Amino acid sequence: MRPVPAIIADRLTRRFGDRLAVDAVSFEVARGEIFGFLGPNGAGKSTTVRMLTGFVPPSEGQARIAGFDIASHPTAARRHIGVVPEDANVYADLTVWQNVMLMAELHGVPKARRLQSAGELLERFDLAARAKQKGRELSKGLRQRLMLCMALVSDPEILFLDEPTSGLDVASTRLIHDTVALLNRERAMTVFLTTHNMQEADQMCHRVAIINRGVLAAIDTPQAMRSRVDSRRSVEVRFEKFTVEPRELLGAEKAEEINELPSGLGFRAFGARPGPMAQAIALNAAAKGLVIESIRTLEPTLEEVFVSITTSGKR
Amino acid sequence: MHPPESALGAFLWQAHAAWVVAKKNVLVYYLKPPVFTFGIIFPLFFYLAFAAGHQAPPEAMAPGIMSMALFFTASAVGPLVTPWERQAKTYERLVTSPASLTAILSGDVLAGMGFGALLSLVPLVLALAATPAYVANPAALTLGILLGALAFASLGVLLAAPAAESPSQVMMLSNLVRLPLIFVSGVFVPHAAMPAWGQWLSPFSPLSYCADLVRIGFGGEAYWTPAIDAAALIGFAVGFLAFANWLHRRTRAQAR
Repeated sequence: MRPVPAIIADRLTRRFGDRLAVDAVSFEVARGEIFGFLGPNGAGKSTTVRMLTGFVPPSEGQARIAGFDIASHPTAARRHIGVVPEDANVYADLTVWQNVMLMAELHGVPKARRLQSAGELLERFDLAARAKQKGRELSKGLRQRLMLCMALVSDPEILFLDEPTSGLDVASTRLIHDTVALLNRERAMTVFLTTHNMQEADQMCHRVAIINRGVLAAIDTPQAMRSRVDSRRSVEVRFEKFTVEPRELLGAEKAEEINELPSGLGFRAFGARPGPMAQAIALNAAAKGLVIESIRTLEPTLEEVFVSITTSGKR
Repeated sequence: MHPPESALGAFLWQAHAAWVVAKKNVLVYYLKPPVFTFGIIFPLFFYLAFAAGHQAPPEAMAPGIMSMALFFTASAVGPLVTPWERQAKTYERLVTSPASLTAILSGDVLAGMGFGALLSLVPLVLALAATPAYVANPAALTLGILLGALAFASLGVLLAAPAAESPSQVMMLSNLVRLPLIFVSGVFVPHAAMPAWGQWLSPFSPLSYCADLVRIGFGGEAYWTPAIDAAALIGFAVGFLAFANWLHRRTRAQAR
């Protein structure tokens, strides 16, 4: 029998008056999967997360968390999740320790376990020395770490992270990435990650979905997603001295777009056949007496896929 | 860790969640300035301003001051908790925890009730120590304090239910509702001496029943029976909480 998916979104729809914010979005997230949910501002990412966590009810459709309908069995569903909402905050008047204990108690974590778990989490997130500090005394990065501790103290099966590293310094971002990846690996924790950061999604997620104008535009592994936009494959070449028109070097090979490098000493040519393009460039450059400093073929980044999909509406 | 599935188990789980929310509220909200201004100083000076123009002996003022202090303290913070949580961006995480909305609201009521009941002891002790007032009916007085605190704290939670994110907006609404109630509740003027319209409106205010019970507790004349007072206060509390629950759900349904 197929295991119950951690998250099922079934034609989730949300209207704000006449405006359709999320339009019949459906997907499944398997247990133990890190699932990235990407989209431009106002695309419906946070609204979708809020429907999945039961903060706002869907206008139509259904969300099931760990097998429970979030609308009809919110408590049963929420006992399986930890949430770091977008633009959330810690309790400024509670200490770091009290903030973590509050969430542990709300999740009904037994005392011995919550004390141990909170201690371990504060150590892991480098907050142990600040356990008695008030929330208001923490920097943004430390508050975000604390929010993650609050979400993790109940050892949830499913973790919802809505823009968890937005505006954070490199150290905090890396710590959060490493910890989430570790928890996923060691405890098979399912992670639903909403992010603007394409590199973050590319590195962390097993699969990503792109939502655009409330509609699910694509859903696949980052690798497969990249292969969807062959036209964004490219070859980048740098010369010691660059004095010719790039198209002269391509010969019979066709490039869909050519961008000169900011240094002016080379170019990047986009096309479905970067290998043959590189060969042609090398041959023609040698014939013209140009010295190649470096040449490499590049696969499209997730960011390029994202831009391609969200600007063209391509599915 | 997981809440049990039986009805009793689920109830106990949510009761525990309400207790946790109440503890959080006490730690986070009940030491803020509005509690003191609107909870203690405001009713005291309000009543003294009224009493200055009348020749009533101090002991006769004790039930009124106590009822009003209870009314203002128990309902002082409740209206602000949700707007404060929304403004501080802690609301969404609280609501997406396993605590049900009813448990969260009950926690808000519990904190307001405990705080109101506790602070009402200040005027009680002062009245007993500094005036000839005495407690003639401890049961009625205790019932008045506890059920009054319950009803007033529930009113406070109801006032927090509108979608307003700014505490100042809620304070305006809160005072708009609470201040008129004291004029029709027999706190300043005994029911029998109130004009006809006041006597007609009085049963619609929970403060009327609380003030009646407290007055009975101090050996004063009753307007209703203690049983009617108690039943009315419980009815108000249940009604306020149910309405608050419905308003919160409606607000969330419209949330972005």
